[in-house]
Amino acid sequence: MKNQVNAKHLEEIRAEALQARSANKPCITVCGGTGCHTQGAEVLVGVFREEVRKQGIEESVDIRITGCHGFCERGPIVVIHPEGIFYEKTKIKDVATIVSETIVNKRIVETLLYRDLKTKKRIVREKDIPFYNQQKRIVLGNNGLIDPTDIQDYIALNGYQALVKVLRDMTPEEVIAEIKASGLRGRGGAGFPTGKKWESCRSTVSDTKYVICNADEGDPGAFMDRSVLEGNPHSVIEGMIIGAYAIGASAGFIYVRTEYPLAVKHVKIALRQAREHGLLGESVLGSGFQFDICVFQGAGAFVSGEETSLMASIEGRRSFPRPRPPFPTQVGLWGKPTTINNVETWANIPHIIEKGAEWYSKIGTDNSKGTKIFSLVGKINNTGLVEVPMGITLRQVIYDIGGGIKSEKRIKKKFKAVQTGGPSGGCIPENMLDLPIDYDTLAKAGSIMGSGGMIVMDEDTCMVDVARYFLNFTQEESCGKCSPCRIGTVQMVEILNRITQGKGDEADIERLENLAQTIKTHSLCGLGQTAPNPVLTTLRYFRSEYLLHVKEKHCPASVCKELIEYRVIPEKCTGCQRCVSVCPTGAITGPRAQLHNLDPSKCIKCRACYEICHFDAIAGDAIIIRSKGRSADEQTK
Amino acid sequence: MTNKDYLDIFSELKGEEGDLIPILQRIQEKFGYIPAEAIKQMSRFLKISENQIFGVASFYSQFKFVEPGQCTIKVCMGTACHVRGSQSVLEEFKRWLHIEPGQTTDDKLFTLETVNCLGACALGPIVVFDGDYHGQMRIKEVEELIQKYRSENEKESDAVT
Repeated sequence: MKNQVNAKHLEEIRAEALQARSANKPCITVCGGTGCHTQGAEVLVGVFREEVRKQGIEESVDIRITGCHGFCERGPIVVIHPEGIFYEKTKIKDVATIVSETIVNKRIVETLLYRDLKTKKRIVREKDIPFYNQQKRIVLGNNGLIDPTDIQDYIALNGYQALVKVLRDMTPEEVIAEIKASGLRGRGGAGFPTGKKWESCRSTVSDTKYVICNADEGDPGAFMDRSVLEGNPHSVIEGMIIGAYAIGASAGFIYVRTEYPLAVKHVKIALRQAREHGLLGESVLGSGFQFDICVFQGAGAFVSGEETSLMASIEGRRSFPRPRPPFPTQVGLWGKPTTINNVETWANIPHIIEKGAEWYSKIGTDNSKGTKIFSLVGKINNTGLVEVPMGITLRQVIYDIGGGIKSEKRIKKKFKAVQTGGPSGGCIPENMLDLPIDYDTLAKAGSIMGSGGMIVMDEDTCMVDVARYFLNFTQEESCGKCSPCRIGTVQMVEILNRITQGKGDEADIERLENLAQTIKTHSLCGLGQTAPNPVLTTLRYFRSEYLLHVKEKHCPASVCKELIEYRVIPEKCTGCQRCVSVCPTGAITGPRAQLHNLDPSKCIKCRACYEICHFDAIAGDAIIIRSKGRSADEQTK
Repeated sequence: MTNKDYLDIFSELKGEEGDLIPILQRIQEKFGYIPAEAIKQMSRFLKISENQIFGVASFYSQFKFVEPGQCTIKVCMGTACHVRGSQSVLEEFKRWLHIEPGQTTDDKLFTLETVNCLGACALGPIVVFDGDYHGQMRIKEVEELIQKYRSENEKESDAVT
């Protein structure tokens, strides 16, 4: 026995909570993640409470607002337990039906069920939906089952048992050995072995040490850290306490982005509850180990996600990175040894301790163990968060789980590329979709794992425009410390702007490549070193698109506004006036049933008319986008 | 804005350099921006120069130095929103309000902002208009939102006078 641990109250809470959650008692859970929240999930919970009261059954049914279920596309999501019946896009008007039909009469409301994209059949249970049944939800698994603002829920599902095990049965060295054996690598992007990091921090002699949870999730299009913090904050806290015990830290910080108000709120509630239950404070569970955590809100700088910048920000300075070594595990926050891990890394820790390193290391590939959460967004049918074992192919994620490319009504769209790793990552083309996902294969393809953003693009996405978008982002977010990054990215954006405006020439492509190499090799931190990746990968896989822009002034995806114009095809126009009604500038005119006229001088090329025209089965392609640089018979759109 | 307001904000804090960003956040939460006077007060409390405070505050995109309009419009420019056309939505707001992101209309009614990612990517393109989330924005909705807010606002000011 390593420490005296007083965990009796946890056992009591668990027994009590399990009794209250009797296996057969129906429970209505409403997803409370930001996606569903913004679509009115909170109101929905209130309406459910009101409805069960009205029907006089409030004693025999539980209602719970839970963490994010991940399937944001179908929100607000309602799942009825114990059966696991999955209702999508639930509206206030559906509440009464759900309560009287499903809860009282035990019947399923067919119309609210998810309809499979391929078979067109309705699916009853959450676990049978293709989006879910091919995932391996270790970190996200409990999100849909617990109320993140209630520690009892977490404890009921074995929460804080890993901490009890660590304090009671393991020395710090044994904890580190276990994490090392699991093969867990940092989920923030770089993939550094977590156990090694901890070991280095433990071996540095110091009176004070810190642990930090990096929740400054700055990558646009990535929201898994937000979801974990919002949906299961105690798993992160438990991981941090275990880490602090292993390295010998007495204080911890959760550095969370200010754009995530709900995550901040839930973490603060969770910390308060953990303190009340003796899980944080002067003597964690009576073991004599002292540790506490506070929340620090970031102030909106992408570079703060870099570990040395993040520490500068907590110290009250501008978040500038500094050279490493010394590494934060040697000289970190206020000069003290500090271990910084990403949200997802911390959330993995309790699972590894509880189920063992051997179990964990069986999941994944040789060099990348465990699961990874990706946020699958863009032109995809099933937008949402997916947690998959490492080694799964991109194709499986995009087509089997993601349901493939979103078609625009009757027009089927073709896949073009998937962008991984956020602004530091790259675009991967279709012929590489069978690539197994792990840290090393993605790096070989010129992209990175990153924090797990996965943005799917179809044929309507212009790759030059995408590269310009990312460079513009890194240019704005460059902290300004290193000149190649500060000045070089501006130059690259200017060249890309020129190309998308049809003013580029072939030498511009060479200039881009030169600049990219200089910025990569001469910048201090990860932001600069990876900033040119989006340009380099698009040049590598979609060079022809760049060439069309510079040589023929033609944008094949019809995105670059300076290169396109809108036309009405007289033979096809039925005069339905739908385009007239959506045009924000009044550029399209014409009475009903007569040919419409499009005034190019008023047109702002917003695509509204083009899209509404495509919805119409009769007129169809009456409005076209044509490339200015091409003659009429060369037009593709 | 009195000295007491600042004392309230500074209470519970030790006055160390590490308090700088949390104080800036509290001030902005209270006033909607960082007034020049606040920087003076912070300098005295934290015993660091106004220069240094302004340097830190202007580095982070969260902090504003002019009073925002009555209604703040945030257009999400995250990648998922971008590939679903958020640029056109932003252009449309600019066209109606005649301002660039970061600016406020002359009547102090609207402030236009862009945000990097709201993390609600399934709803893209997404706009936060006066605190309410509007997912899958259509171009035409831009005008509707602005006109509706304007007319409601006029009604309110009529009722007052």
